[in-house]
Amino acid sequence: MAELQLRGVEKTYGNGFKAVHGINLDVAEGEFMVLVGPSGCAKSTTLRMIAGLETITGGEVKIGEQVVNELVPGRRGIAMVFQNYALYPHMKVRRNLSFGLKLKRKPKAEIETATEEVSGILEIEQLLDRLPKQLSGGQAQRVALGRALIKHPEVFLFDEPLSNLDAKLRASMRVRITDLHKRLRDEGRPATVVYVTHDQVEAMTMGDRICVMKDGHIMQVADPTTLYERPANDFVAGFIGMPEMNLVKCVLTHDGALPVLTAGTQKITVAEGLAGRLSAQEGPVTLGIRPQHLQVVAPGTEGAFTGTVSNIEFLGHEVNLHVEVEGAQFVVVVPSAELDKKIGRGDQVGLRPLGASIHIFDAESGVNVSLPAD
Amino acid sequence: MAAFSYLPKHSGSGEREAPTQLEIKLRRKARINAALRYFLLAAVGLVMVYPLIWLIGASFKTNSEMFSSPGFWPKNPTIQGYIDGWQTSTPYTFGRFFLNSLWIIIPKTIGTAISCTLVAYGFARFEFPGKKILFASVIATLLLPNVVTRIPQYLLFRDLGWLNTFLPLWVPSALAGDAFFVFMVIQFLRAIPRDMEEAARVDGANTLQTLVFIVVPMLMPALISVCLFQFMWTMNDFLGPLIYLSSVDKYPVSLALKLSIDTTEAFAWNQILAMSVLALAPSLAVFFMAQKYFIEGISTGGVKG
Repeated sequence: MAELQLRGVEKTYGNGFKAVHGINLDVAEGEFMVLVGPSGCAKSTTLRMIAGLETITGGEVKIGEQVVNELVPGRRGIAMVFQNYALYPHMKVRRNLSFGLKLKRKPKAEIETATEEVSGILEIEQLLDRLPKQLSGGQAQRVALGRALIKHPEVFLFDEPLSNLDAKLRASMRVRITDLHKRLRDEGRPATVVYVTHDQVEAMTMGDRICVMKDGHIMQVADPTTLYERPANDFVAGFIGMPEMNLVKCVLTHDGALPVLTAGTQKITVAEGLAGRLSAQEGPVTLGIRPQHLQVVAPGTEGAFTGTVSNIEFLGHEVNLHVEVEGAQFVVVVPSAELDKKIGRGDQVGLRPLGASIHIFDAESGVNVSLPAD
Repeated sequence: MAAFSYLPKHSGSGEREAPTQLEIKLRRKARINAALRYFLLAAVGLVMVYPLIWLIGASFKTNSEMFSSPGFWPKNPTIQGYIDGWQTSTPYTFGRFFLNSLWIIIPKTIGTAISCTLVAYGFARFEFPGKKILFASVIATLLLPNVVTRIPQYLLFRDLGWLNTFLPLWVPSALAGDAFFVFMVIQFLRAIPRDMEEAARVDGANTLQTLVFIVVPMLMPALISVCLFQFMWTMNDFLGPLIYLSSVDKYPVSLALKLSIDTTEAFAWNQILAMSVLALAPSLAVFFMAQKYFIEGISTGGVKG
């Protein structure tokens, strides 16, 4: 196993389109790194450049101590799991697993031992003599995983491996993959993983660290907790978390030492939690507040916006309340038990942001200007 | 068969319920429909296949009966036509001509399959300078009538000293000269996702290994179609051997058939027909053996292009 380094990696296509804009990323040995972002953010392209399936037009990729820019995929010490499994359709599962080792001219006995070991780990022993078309989606994905595992690569690459599975299977495969990663770590052969997904739930639950990408730029690299609690910018803030963080245009002023936020004609003074960690000038900003960090209070309460309920979504243990405040949409998550049953569509409610959970983003650059210095 | 799909299905076990009036009516209608359709199909099919049936029947007739009775069933069946036809009027038997045919066909078919796969793989999967122009010229040769290139080709092969050898028949195909096959394989390749090839590259296969171990097995239906077409077309090719082969001992079946018309004053039609039947046999046999793959190959290549 080895660490992986990306230094100023760029991808410019033949038609001049620049997909990846000089990204830097370090993945430590044995680390599970998730690349996440909306479609078209070049996360897959980045992965394919690491794999050697796309040429690197700038910068360098290092696996261990070696720059691999010019190496063919087979020489990079990587293994990859593809979105649609990419099993060789004319080979039985056994040959699918052993194909890579056979190409390396490993002795037969060694190949057999390795096949048995891997099929044992992934519980696919009974599938060894089947053809890929006789496998279900989950089984095929396990075989694809086995084909990667059998090679003992320096770095594992996953390209949205679970997106073709149904929701239930996806959840169990997610656990299986993270378990496997932990197991390898415990056995003293940690696996360095780069995992691409567009699904933030996968990213949050699986990654040791997450790299959020947008339009070929890295927006933030951090562990899940940091990403959730201290998003570096409004894009990360909006991308991570369900439902999405409320992002509302405001004007920031100060009343003495206390910050004052003005949205439309409404003005609230944030009494506690925000003052002291703002690094911004007064002026237009974006207020970011998670739906879980808004309190529903009586309309006109001090420190609260007043708005009209436009929709109520009942989800069982909690309720999503959509509230319109002078054209800006807020979503509030309220535990079902605590919601005043009398509240209905068109009613006026007050929304009080919890000061400690407020994020303020620069209106132009989107940078979070409310991160406490640590 | 689709016509029967709206009929109520009865499970194999358990008691059958008595059919209702509507069911009986529907079933009768479906039966009449099917009968009508099959009758029409059979009738048209018979018209199409009749010359072939007549050919086979006539090959067992005597030469005098040939034009005296219109039916296909011989009055006095004889295999004299086959015996005499096989001997031919040349020093060689027809066996020699069949061997010549095979000797032309087999290297040509193998050469076509290999060269077309290589060229198509190149065009379908790699980017290289001048690809568009090269591909356009390959396709342009598809549109070019064969006749146009006959004379320059003849002069070329004459200068190479290849006349009266099989080389002019083999070499162009072995260099992917049949643009149609290249095009067919390219279309088929385009329908195959690249993931498997990428997986093979990650597994450590080089380009040739990827082609041989991964792409060719997936291309099999298309390649079988290519081989079949090439087999049948070469078997039936008359002009190519006619132009390049001059000594009788190198003649393939197609030329040998014509030979028996040329050299005898009174045409021995029964011999010609008997040998025609034999000449058809290899193509038919190969076709029926590979029919399943053949249809898979052309339909996939055509639809998904």
